[in-house]
Amino acid sequence: MSNKRSTFLISALVFGFAFLYVPILLVIIYSFNEGKLVTVWAGFSTKWYVSLFSNDGMIDAAWNSLRIGVMSATLALALGTPAGLVMSRFGRFKGRTLFSGMIAAPLVMPEVITGLSLLLLFVTLEQMIGWPAGRGLSTITIAHTTFCAAYVAVVVQSRLSGMDTSVEEAAMDLGAKPAKIFFVITLPMILPALLAGWLLSFTLSLDDLVIASFVAGPGSTTLPMKVFSSVRLGVSPEINALATLIILTVSVMIIIASLMILRSERMRSRAAAGTEPQP
Amino acid sequence: MSSDKQERSLTLKQRFDRWMIKHGRVLVIGIPYFWLFLFFLVPFLIVLKISFSMAEYAQPPYTPLFSWIEEGITITVNFGNYLFLLSDSLYATAYLNSIRIAAISTIITLLIGYPMAYGIARAQGSMRSVLLMMVILPFWTSFLIRVYAWIGILDREGLINAFLLWTGIISEPLIMRQTEFAVYVGIVYTYLPFMILPLYSTLEKMDVSLVEAALDLGCKPWQAFAKVTLPLSMPGILAGSLLVFIPAVGEFVIPELLGGPNTLMIGRTLWNEFFANRDWPIASAVAIAMLIFLVVPIMWFQHIQTKQEEGQQ
Repeated sequence: MSNKRSTFLISALVFGFAFLYVPILLVIIYSFNEGKLVTVWAGFSTKWYVSLFSNDGMIDAAWNSLRIGVMSATLALALGTPAGLVMSRFGRFKGRTLFSGMIAAPLVMPEVITGLSLLLLFVTLEQMIGWPAGRGLSTITIAHTTFCAAYVAVVVQSRLSGMDTSVEEAAMDLGAKPAKIFFVITLPMILPALLAGWLLSFTLSLDDLVIASFVAGPGSTTLPMKVFSSVRLGVSPEINALATLIILTVSVMIIIASLMILRSERMRSRAAAGTEPQP
Repeated sequence: MSSDKQERSLTLKQRFDRWMIKHGRVLVIGIPYFWLFLFFLVPFLIVLKISFSMAEYAQPPYTPLFSWIEEGITITVNFGNYLFLLSDSLYATAYLNSIRIAAISTIITLLIGYPMAYGIARAQGSMRSVLLMMVILPFWTSFLIRVYAWIGILDREGLINAFLLWTGIISEPLIMRQTEFAVYVGIVYTYLPFMILPLYSTLEKMDVSLVEAALDLGCKPWQAFAKVTLPLSMPGILAGSLLVFIPAVGEFVIPELLGGPNTLMIGRTLWNEFFANRDWPIASAVAIAMLIFLVVPIMWFQHIQTKQEEGQQ
């Protein structure tokens, strides 16, 4: 009986993972195809990588995306961490309902609405006070920071809510100032959550097409915008090459990160068992 | 006592510390509050304002709502945009289509994701982490690229058609891309990890002995599943379904790249009003309608759900 069940589960897993991975593998394989057609294998070649790297528009867009990603992930961390702290540790205050609403809402808001509303804000501000003069990297960064900050706040909040507060309370009883408690105790304990929040924001920013399309100005094309405009016309081997590079980079980073997490967990469980290796 | 002396000999740093203790709380709340207020809430008020104005060939392309006339401020409110949304069936169709497509995709995702999550939850130690990582990995790679991957597969000149033509099963290429079918494939494919992860976390926490007890007491396996496992995994099903349904319903990229010109979804309609027709007031009115009929119900539902969960605990 349980044999039948496990056969079913295994085939579900095999089918599911095939569904998840075959399309990606096909993109990788066809990035090395000599010919332009997807259906015909014309021999192995790396010429699409060469042509990708000599595509100035693509390189510029990638550079724009990276800059926006780093800037907005960092700003989102700076805004989202206090927001998460406020949500989990500050108790009641005036306007808390609105505050929690403004953190929850960006997560369920359709991107088209966020994009349109921010664009209209920028246009109105420009009319009224002359800032921002035109749209470009800075407006995209502001837009990304806003929705990424909400994600960071949620990640930080859930980490803080699941955390033991006794150390913080002890420090408070011993007379440490709130700022000191935060920087010396809370911050190191939530560091993995902050790292996760930063990476999540960076990825979301790097991946965003819709919001960036609304708030971008002429000359501030991001990588997804560039990819989208070329993909609309159909399959392009250059995009296959780009996709392969993205997939490889991400996979290597994820594997390294999960190995690090696994190791630190092992160390922690060893320390908990009292068999910490001697230095 | 010596407090007087201390008061006089305060250094700059001490003064700063005192100020921080007094006002730090306000500062920590205030900065993110201000940012979200300015860049998240205020924009909606502006969208609301512009949805009541008229389109105009100007820069920016809409009539001002407030205008200064000699005797003071006049407000020209124009409900025309909303009346237009009601009168043209295109918008209602797009709205209902979005809900239907998102709901069907969510169900398909659940049917594929549930056995996978169950299988991962019952796998052995290190195998489980590997499988879990394999679910998370596609989520970190570019969304656009994952949708793009299906263009090459489903296209008229794509891989499936090439293969079927080669084997001789079909003599004419099948039309798969630019249909609703392709949109389902795209949504299920891109949002499957969102379904598996919450399902996994509830199934993993579940006490297996409950199922064993049901089996010992004479339940058939499917009965044990329907009466024990399924009800216990309900929170995961609900969380996963919401995580798929919410982004799917406002989706623009997938219907644009994989769907046909007739695959109307509300996010795509808004995009076209804005970018193709350059009608900002109508686009704003669509956004407000989406907000009222889509986002508010979703947030309300989530609110009720969290309340219920808190009540249970």
